[in-house]
Amino acid sequence: MRTRSALLLGSLSAALVAFVLTSPRVIAADKVDPVADAKAFQNFFFQKFPNVKHEDFVNGPYSMNEDMKRQWQEKEEFPPYEFALDAGKEMFATPFKNGKTYADCFPNGGVGIRQNYPYFDEKDGKVVTLELALNRCREANGEAPYSYVKDEMASLTAYMAYTSRGKLMDIKIPDDPRALAAFENGKRYFYTRRGQMNFSCASCHVQSPGERIRAEILAPALGILNAMPIYRSEWSGMGTTSRRFVTCNSQTRAVPLEPQADEYRDVEFFLSYVANGLPISGPGARP
Amino acid sequence: MKRSLLLAMLLTSSLAPSARAANEADYKAAYAAAEAASKEAAGMRNQWTVTVSALAAAKKAADGGDFDRATAAAKEAEALAKASIFQAASEKEAWKAMEIR
Repeated sequence: MRTRSALLLGSLSAALVAFVLTSPRVIAADKVDPVADAKAFQNFFFQKFPNVKHEDFVNGPYSMNEDMKRQWQEKEEFPPYEFALDAGKEMFATPFKNGKTYADCFPNGGVGIRQNYPYFDEKDGKVVTLELALNRCREANGEAPYSYVKDEMASLTAYMAYTSRGKLMDIKIPDDPRALAAFENGKRYFYTRRGQMNFSCASCHVQSPGERIRAEILAPALGILNAMPIYRSEWSGMGTTSRRFVTCNSQTRAVPLEPQADEYRDVEFFLSYVANGLPISGPGARP
Repeated sequence: MKRSLLLAMLLTSSLAPSARAANEADYKAAYAAAEAASKEAAGMRNQWTVTVSALAAAKKAADGGDFDRATAAAKEAEALAKASIFQAASEKEAWKAMEIR
């Protein structure tokens, strides 16, 4: 009888210990923890590419391939985004019909602030990207919004990125369950497979950076938005972050969402947050 | 000889309906099924470009009176839409396997 009780007590204790040991893991896996996510994300790339300087990841495919890097460095002497940069600078300084300018809509007159976008608007309960903020500024001043995928928006963001070059990405996630939900939603979007090709963003930019996909060398996901907007030779023109997301979706044979859809805003929030501490390098140039 | 000829005729006639050309009613039924599946995929925010193209090809062929091609394209569109619905449903949890932790 005593042996039986001892066995029962022993089994119960073992079950209790097992429960205590496993339950925190379950809770941790379900909890949204952007700090831990960003740390794991950065460590993954730092360990996968130990010879790449951390600040170099923002240069996309050039950080993965020495030959390409040398060609790009030469191209940077007469960069293909220069026209967009000049146009953006002029547009930024040109007053709206009501006499106000973009500078009136942004902190620090819109100069050197790219690293703080996107941000979570606690009033609205949603993520606000730089492109969205620019169009809201236009609308608030009686102007028609620009297309999110065309040249004007790319020029404006190119200028704003240029004034922020070298500043470290500094996205903040407020202590607001909606902000955490947006971060989690962005993460989910990033890792979710879509399109007939059954690709997620991570299929190319986490699993295969540095590998070729046809003639292109895939960029690492870490710091991928720090270089936006970009001049792409493939596009023969400039492209915004919106355009990048839309074309990525099309390439997997998924019907793209509308530019600045919640999912795109959230994935921009996620990707920018996990790149915190890496410098802004935009506007960029890509093959 | 007569009996085998009769058997062959019976066999041919029993197979004939499956080999007949598609008509407008077949196309309309196939298109409606494809459109419903495609709408469901779009509602899940997971429409595929190839589904849209196959639906457009079906409509174009039907407008030209080629109901064989139209029905085949509509059936293809339905299969693609169903695959995208399956993908969206399975990815609700499957994406976590890809996450960097």
